[in-house]
Amino acid sequence: MSAATPVASPARAASAALPSRRLGVYWTGFAIVVLLLAAAPLVLPEFWRRFTTEILIWGLLAMSSDILIGYTGMVSFGHSAFFGLGMYGAAAALLTVRPPNLWLAMLYGLAGAAVVAIFVAFFATRLRDIYFSITTLVFSQIFYVIIFTWTDVTGGENGLTFRQPRLGVPGLWEAPFTPETLHWFVLAVVAASYLVLRRITQSPFGMVLQAIRENEARTRAIGYHVERYKIVAVMLSGLFAGLAGVLYAIQNKFAAPDFVLFIISGEVVIFNVMGGMGTLVGPVAGAAFFLLLREAFSRFWTEFYLIPVGVIFTLMVIFLPQGLLGFARRALNR
Amino acid sequence: MVLTDQIVIQLINGIVGGMILALVASGLTLIFGIMDVVNFAHGELFMLGAYVGTTVMVTTGNFWMALIVAFVVIGVLGAALQVTTLRPLLGRDPLYTILATFGISLVLQNWAFWHYGPVARKIPEPFTAHFALFHLQYPWYRIAIAALSAAMIGGLWLFMKYGKYGIWIRATTQDRVMASAMGIPVPLVHTVVFAIGAGMAAASGVLFGPLVGVNHAMGFDWTLKAFVVVVVGGMGNLAGSIMASIFISLLEAFASLWVSPAQAVIVSFVALILTLLFRPTGLFVPTPK
Repeated sequence: MSAATPVASPARAASAALPSRRLGVYWTGFAIVVLLLAAAPLVLPEFWRRFTTEILIWGLLAMSSDILIGYTGMVSFGHSAFFGLGMYGAAAALLTVRPPNLWLAMLYGLAGAAVVAIFVAFFATRLRDIYFSITTLVFSQIFYVIIFTWTDVTGGENGLTFRQPRLGVPGLWEAPFTPETLHWFVLAVVAASYLVLRRITQSPFGMVLQAIRENEARTRAIGYHVERYKIVAVMLSGLFAGLAGVLYAIQNKFAAPDFVLFIISGEVVIFNVMGGMGTLVGPVAGAAFFLLLREAFSRFWTEFYLIPVGVIFTLMVIFLPQGLLGFARRALNR
Repeated sequence: MVLTDQIVIQLINGIVGGMILALVASGLTLIFGIMDVVNFAHGELFMLGAYVGTTVMVTTGNFWMALIVAFVVIGVLGAALQVTTLRPLLGRDPLYTILATFGISLVLQNWAFWHYGPVARKIPEPFTAHFALFHLQYPWYRIAIAALSAAMIGGLWLFMKYGKYGIWIRATTQDRVMASAMGIPVPLVHTVVFAIGAGMAAASGVLFGPLVGVNHAMGFDWTLKAFVVVVVGGMGNLAGSIMASIFISLLEAFASLWVSPAQAVIVSFVALILTLLFRPTGLFVPTPK
């Protein structure tokens, strides 16, 4: 959906000449950001520590949808379904298995998200543009209605609450989560996910996705099985969104139908647009920007913060469609 | 056990709901057909129209006045929104219009929440007569809604078919550049069409107000329903949208005989998905050659 980036440019040629130096800058930047985030819980007060952890979790969700929005050109308005099923999957593991096990929660959450992702991928990837967006939105509403009305299993409107699992390796070492270790755990998962997603977008597979974004008909004509690539893209995106859901469930010790509602999907799209689609880092920055805006405006506007935030978002769509980090798009994808 | 009287009642309910939905969806499909804009804020315009209706009802007490004022006020608001946010996006990917109208819908919905508060308001029915339908006293007002919606859609159709400006609109839909070359003020046509679509949404909001009540969160349901209808009926196809509205509404009405109304929504979603898979151009349009 974004403007085409011309291929053989002088910058690309220069980067080929000096690949190691540019990569050095990139990895230094990455290391600094990760170190700063790792140090954050040690210096920040309780509120902001929790806030940073949340930014990371929402950032992971936003990153996962960037695979579709920024790299494949499919705007998903249904990411809340993957996120929510990740939450409920984790809840299932934490409520049924004694003692609650962190890794099992992850496994269940990913499985839950994967089931939804298979479903959505199979049907929605046959459609393009607006039709894809509407179908994903409709799917997330279907799952919302199921979760909301199936009170016996999902707790209905009240959702499910459970105890936090302990951090550790089974049989070797275990400790309950403290706010600091939870933050580091989340940071580790998000950073690892980022590296995996970055590797994927730079792989031949990721290149095909970007080719689909730039020109689907031509990609098909070259001989790529476009639908198959799209299905895998949706699956991947759904899995990482489910992972974000698991992390959120572990942090907050509950799963609620509100997180399957389209509002979450809408926020994910906002994160992407605000931060910069097709950069992976941008959506995380967008999540941070959005949550900070929400924090700042809800001081004065309480629950009506979406009025100014909505205005800012609309203005950004018109005047800054490439987002906050859009200027660095090429450098971040090198 | 489902009885004949229940089936007949749900049939009438379905048609009445379908006619309101048709009025909302025809505005949405008109806007999409002419400028490729998927208006995510359509339900919000519906909701705001209903609120304007309640305000006018409180001050004047005249329902018909409320209907007209809501149409005009929201039409002007729609024109203003189109000029400020959608006109700059002309020529960009249609998905940007989804994003922009999504932003607008957030602002409008929360503004309504802030301005009108969380308590639902009700528009009194303009007339309260009933007729006997099996064990029910069925209000005539519901029948009147269906008739009024049909009249408005009919008026739109006549305007599009025979009115000078209707012909301008159709020409712009067919070929924007050629229409412009023929001297049609295309940007103005876009604005006016958006205003008409917004006004129709507002009018349906006022018509619907007496049935359930007006609250700030009602818009999204209608956006989603109107999307479903517009896709099932074939994007940009007025007649298809009307038939699809009645079809979807009947499906939901009959489904709610067996499951709760919240779950009945799933039936229409399934209809949408099946349509997209097997007949993506829409159920109620001739097979493309």
